Amino acid sequence: MKFYIALLLMGLLTQNFILSKFLGICPFLGVSKKLNTAAGMSAAVIFVMLLSTAVCYPINLFLENHDLAYLQTIVFILVIAALVQFLETVMKKYMKALYQALGIYLPLITTNCAVLGVVILNVDNGYNFPQSMVNSLAAGLGFGLAMILFAGVRGRLENNDIPKFMEGLPVTLVAAALVSLSFLGFSGIIEGMGLL
Amino acid sequence: MKKQKKNSLCKEFTKGIIKQNPVLRLVLGTCATLAVTTSFVNGLGMGLAVIVVLVCSNVVISLLRKAIPNKVRIPAYVIVIAAFVTIVQMIVKAYVPVLDEALGIFLPLIVVNCIILGRAEAFAGKNPVLASALDGLGMGVGFTAALCTMGLFRELVGSGTILSGIQSLLSIFGDNVFGGFNGIDLYEVFPWLEKLSLQPITLFILPSGGFFTFGVLMAITNRLAEGKGEKKAELPDCAACPMASACRMKPEEQHKEGTA
Repeated sequence: MKFYIALLLMGLLTQNFILSKFLGICPFLGVSKKLNTAAGMSAAVIFVMLLSTAVCYPINLFLENHDLAYLQTIVFILVIAALVQFLETVMKKYMKALYQALGIYLPLITTNCAVLGVVILNVDNGYNFPQSMVNSLAAGLGFGLAMILFAGVRGRLENNDIPKFMEGLPVTLVAAALVSLSFLGFSGIIEGMGLL
Repeated sequence: MKKQKKNSLCKEFTKGIIKQNPVLRLVLGTCATLAVTTSFVNGLGMGLAVIVVLVCSNVVISLLRKAIPNKVRIPAYVIVIAAFVTIVQMIVKAYVPVLDEALGIFLPLIVVNCIILGRAEAFAGKNPVLASALDGLGMGVGFTAALCTMGLFRELVGSGTILSGIQSLLSIFGDNVFGGFNGIDLYEVFPWLEKLSLQPITLFILPSGGFFTFGVLMAITNRLAEGKGEKKAELPDCAACPMASACRMKPEEQHKEGTA
C-alpha cells in the first residue's frame, strides 16, 4: 500500500511528468491557454495512458517471453496509435457526449511522448500490473495538475506588460521555469513520510 | 541549369541550420531539448542519434513516397521511424552505454519527436531522395547545434565544467583520443573560484533551469530574427503539425470557441 501512495505522490509532485521529466511539453505549451481546453486535454491523456498501459502490459509479457524485447519501441507505438484510432471511432459511434468532450484531442495524443513515455517507464522500472496502472494514473493526474495550474498562470500573464522580445513563447517558458521551481519544494516529501 | 540545381540542393541543407532551425525557429522537439541538455555531451549524443534517424527515415520515406497510399501515410512513416530508432538504440546500448544511461527514456522517445515525423510529412513525402537526405541532415545539424549551445551553457553555469565526459563519446574512435581529454573542470583550473565562494548555480541543471535557459535563448533568437526582418518564433501552427490532417482543432474553430 505504501508503495502505491509513493507512486501517486511521485507522479503528482516530485516526479511530475511535465515539470520534472519533460514529457508532454508540446500540449503543455500549446493547449494550456484556456482552462477548459487544458482540462479536456488532461482528461483525454489520463484516459489514453490508463488504456495503453492496460493493453501494452500483456503485449510486453508476450514479447519478453519470446525474446522479442527489442521490438518494444515499434510495437508500443503501433499499439498506441491503433488504440487511439479505434477509441476515436468507437466513441464517435456510441458515446457522442464523451466524443464531443475528448474526441478532438485524441489524434494529437498518438504522437504525445507522455503516453509512450509512461508505457516505456513502466517496463524499464519492472512494475507489475497494478503498479503499472497506478503509476500511469499518477502520471496522468500529474500531467493534469501541471496543465491546469499553468493555464491559470498563463491567464495572469496575458494582462501584463511584457518586454517586446520576451512576448509569447519566451515568457511562457520562463513562467514554466518558475512553476517547475515551486514543485522542487516537494522534493524529499516521499522519503520524509517514510514511504520508500 | 545544373548549377541552379546544385544551389537549391545546397539550400535544402543550410536552411535547417539557422533560418529554419527546428528548435529555435520552428519550436519542434521541445521535450528532448529540455530534458537532455544538462550537459554538452548529452546534447551532442542526442543530436547525433537524431541526425542518424532523421537522415535514414527521410531517405526511406522519400524512396517509398509513391508506394505509400496517402490515407495510411502517417502510420507507415511511424513504422519506418520506429525501425530506425530501434537500430540506433541498439548501437548506442552496445558502443556508448554511458550515453544510453544519460539519455534514458528519451532515446526510444525519438520515435515521437515531432521533428522527424514533421520532416517526413512536410518534406520527405513529397521530394526526391537526395534533397530529402540533405534536408534531414541540415535539420539534424540545426537540432544538434541548438542542443549543444544549451548544453554548453547549462553545464558551465550549473556544474562549473566544460565538455565533461566527452571521452565517453570519443571512445568510439579508440582509447584515449586527444590524450584522454575528458572536459575541463573550472574549479580545478581556477582554484581561486572556490576561495571567492563562487559555487555553480545547480538550478541550471535542474528541470526549472532548462525551461529558463530555453526561454531566454528563444528571446535572443527572436531579437536576432527581428533584426533580419524575420517573424518571431511561435508555437508550431497547424501547418507545421504532422497530425494536422487528422486534427479537428483548426484555428478558426478555436477562434469561434473563444468568441462564443
